[in-house]
Amino acid sequence: MDVVVIGAGIVGAACAFHAASAGLGVTVLDRGPVGAGTTSRGEGNILLSDKEPGPELELARLSRDLWDEVGKELGPGEVEFENKGGLVVASTPEGLAALHAFAARQAAAGIQTELVDRVDAFEPHIAPGLPGGVHYPQDAQVQPVLAAAGLLRAAVRRGARVRTGEAVAAVTGTDGRVTGVRTADGAVLAADAVVNAAGTWGGEVGRRLGAPVAILPRRGFVLVTEPLPPMIRHKVYSADYVANVASSDEGLETSCVVEGTRAGTILIGASRERVGFDTAMNPAVVALLAAQACRLFPFLRDVHLIRAYRGFRPYCPDHLPVVGPDPRVPGVLHACGHEGAGIGLAPGTGALITAQLLGRPWRGADPAAHTGLLPDRFLTTGGVPK
Amino acid sequence: MAEPQKPVDLVVVGAGPAGMAAAVTALDGGLRVVLVDAGSAPGGQFWRHPPDHAREALPTDDLHHDLRTYRSLRATLAAHQRTGRLTLLLDHPVWTTARAADGFTVHAVDRGRPPEERAVVLRAPALLVATGAYDRQLPFPGWDLPGVLTAGGLQSLLKGGGVVAGRRVVLGGTGPFLLPVAAALAARGAEVVAVCEAAAPSAWLRHPAPLLRNPAKWAEAAGYAGTLARHRIPVRTRTGIVGAEGEGRVAVVRTAALGADGAPLPGTERRIEADTVGVGWGFVPQLDLLLPLGCDLADAGDGTMAAAVDAGQRTTVPGLYAAGETCGVGGAALALSEGRVAAVSVLTDLSAPGRPGIRPLAAQRRAVARHRAFARALARAHPVPRDWPAWLTDDTTVCRCEEVTAGAVLAARADGSASDHRQVKQLTRAGMGWCQGRMCGPAVHCLVAARAEPYTPAERLIATPVTLGALADSAEPSTGDTPSEPT
Amino acid sequence: MTRVAAETDVPTAPGLTVDGEPLAFVPGQTLAAALVASGRVAWRTTRGGQRPRGVFCGIGVCYDCLVTVDGRRGQRACLVQARAGMAVATGEGDDG
Repeated sequence: MDVVVIGAGIVGAACAFHAASAGLGVTVLDRGPVGAGTTSRGEGNILLSDKEPGPELELARLSRDLWDEVGKELGPGEVEFENKGGLVVASTPEGLAALHAFAARQAAAGIQTELVDRVDAFEPHIAPGLPGGVHYPQDAQVQPVLAAAGLLRAAVRRGARVRTGEAVAAVTGTDGRVTGVRTADGAVLAADAVVNAAGTWGGEVGRRLGAPVAILPRRGFVLVTEPLPPMIRHKVYSADYVANVASSDEGLETSCVVEGTRAGTILIGASRERVGFDTAMNPAVVALLAAQACRLFPFLRDVHLIRAYRGFRPYCPDHLPVVGPDPRVPGVLHACGHEGAGIGLAPGTGALITAQLLGRPWRGADPAAHTGLLPDRFLTTGGVPK
Repeated sequence: MAEPQKPVDLVVVGAGPAGMAAAVTALDGGLRVVLVDAGSAPGGQFWRHPPDHAREALPTDDLHHDLRTYRSLRATLAAHQRTGRLTLLLDHPVWTTARAADGFTVHAVDRGRPPEERAVVLRAPALLVATGAYDRQLPFPGWDLPGVLTAGGLQSLLKGGGVVAGRRVVLGGTGPFLLPVAAALAARGAEVVAVCEAAAPSAWLRHPAPLLRNPAKWAEAAGYAGTLARHRIPVRTRTGIVGAEGEGRVAVVRTAALGADGAPLPGTERRIEADTVGVGWGFVPQLDLLLPLGCDLADAGDGTMAAAVDAGQRTTVPGLYAAGETCGVGGAALALSEGRVAAVSVLTDLSAPGRPGIRPLAAQRRAVARHRAFARALARAHPVPRDWPAWLTDDTTVCRCEEVTAGAVLAARADGSASDHRQVKQLTRAGMGWCQGRMCGPAVHCLVAARAEPYTPAERLIATPVTLGALADSAEPSTGDTPSEPT
Repeated sequence: MTRVAAETDVPTAPGLTVDGEPLAFVPGQTLAAALVASGRVAWRTTRGGQRPRGVFCGIGVCYDCLVTVDGRRGQRACLVQARAGMAVATGEGDDG
């Protein structure tokens, strides 16, 4: 079976890695370099802590196990994989009670959680007076572009090819099934299946393939400090973050995630704004993130911000990724809409797509266990978007 | 000082020749202007001065060129400060700018009393970015040894601090800027052992017309040549600095004759004892504030991209103007003319009553055209030689901040993942450190990009480091926000 | 011979220390200028290779010359004006 994966971001790379590992013929097509889109604009979060029990958490659990395998395969140093754990802190007793209730539901869904009274035992430099939090030992970190490049290299070692080019249309046979992808330079890549792993641009790619999906951009800024000696051990964030991730509000939301990196810099994410693909700098958002980070870690007040970047998270209207075959165009599969969780969810998505292509479970991914992510959920019985 | 409460028509970022000239023209035309600069005295790099209070203790007038114009601009600025129409904010680096409904916001920090800093926000319907340029560097083995400085760094220590960085100096790179640096060092007692100019002397003869139309430039060059001759400083053309050696500080400089495309010729290497090296390969426009605003860029003809402007120095973003080296490196005389032209455009676009007549404007525009043509001829005569990477070794540091080697950069290209410096940054960390690729960006670009493609810097949303505390306070203004004490 | 500012007959102000040692300077000079005038061109080591670094670009662009001023790290010596009473710390890595 020949598969064209559109998108050389982390999700496309993971799809290529798993599909090639399963012996499928894989061609990865991207208009730009590896991981140059949203993959390069995140913090490299591999989080279980921020997810409600449900289809996304199930994919995240699968993915978390597969990240360990990826780390072993590529070498943890090569992708800066760090099994550092997450610490979610509440700022008020009421917030702590809500956080504990949330963590209890996660624990029931199989997530490791540990209630923490003394957050300063986990983070010596954290602000004094915080009532407590929850430690999530499974949360981890990876350098996303290195991971995407590493996964693609591993896929190439298994026979995959990488092509620079832009997909413009699906080519279909008389039965409506995909037989290939036409690129902007007029070439046709023959394919039995096409995977839309175009991230934030997955909506447009879906349209071109005749299988539109509603993927919208949600802008986020991430701040990077000067390099420091190790000061922050975990991914630390305020309990408000969970509410913001799940929120559908139109306006700006910021609730910062603070963490150290291997290079010594501290990353501070992440705002969420629905402003289309507007790339404009928003100094107010940067200031707000800085203020929240300084509240969590007062020592940051004297630390320099040296860089900020922004990207566009791809989200579906129900804030779940869309992973699986599109019934309107047989042979087209979607693997996009991961919002801010694409790095963490990538290996699970790649394995699930591969299982769907094979028609049987693959590396722990059982298509029957992840039906909540199928594109069908947006379609009426007539195959029209709801 | 506190944030200016008065309404302002124009914010000028950068108080070098372009910014000073623009501010003066705009003020003379009746506008209210804020002129903001990171430095402690107006003048930029060209007219870099110690702060005013140190003028007598640190005499540097003899190192400068055309101080008459500088003093006249400063006098006019001072007069406008007295009328209250000019707010001059020194020690105020700008960390970002943004578009707003009614123009622009300019976000600076007050560093008048370091290490304290306080966020300051300026607003105006018009914004002129005249942030200049900085030395373009090409790495060579040993270029990160102490005692190796940029040519501009040697000059800034002299002009700003009255300090000679060493006793035996070798200068290298390309371009006419090496000559005034050599002359200034010699005038202050340093022994300039050699000036290694990569270009061939005949390169000037290929495009003589713009040079002949700028007699002032010849006079300036002749002045430096006289100084160099007086101090018996040899200028070696088609010669490059290909290495520096030493323990803890440079002790030996290796030079070599360069082939037509810049590769060192075998058997021509010389070892010169020296404690200081100054290198510069022309300059890179400082576009950090312009790129996030979304204005178009244009090929400056010297291997860099610069702000694209019309004949009135308008960028492609309405209300945003650029002048001086941000529009392509071309020297102080060009910057002065561009600053004046830009200010006239601001006066026109804001319908200010005091715009100058047609004729002076036409003269300024002719001056811009003449100086631009000269700058382009210079760039053609002093290119970055194509084969300079020939003097690199695999273990030569390319990114000084993150200590990424040439071998690592070339490996990122070789495995097919990286064809531009932004991608190299993601894969190798070259350009991800403190300087954010300002030092290594042009070199990494040369190593991985398609040949002849000019260097476009990475977008930097944060133009200068700023403490999170200053930012946090600007997000949550506290009642205890008092103006800083007088120093 | 080379005349450096700190060796001239210009009056110098007391009271600035670098790693506890007094450093002469002329008011108006940057810390980098004062350090260079005293004969030092390096005062920091890199995080990775522990290589010596000091003044390079001289205009605030390269960040090689970082020092800690009055306990605040990450200050560019080439931009900060030397002032009496300042306590400057140089150091290992990027700790300034």
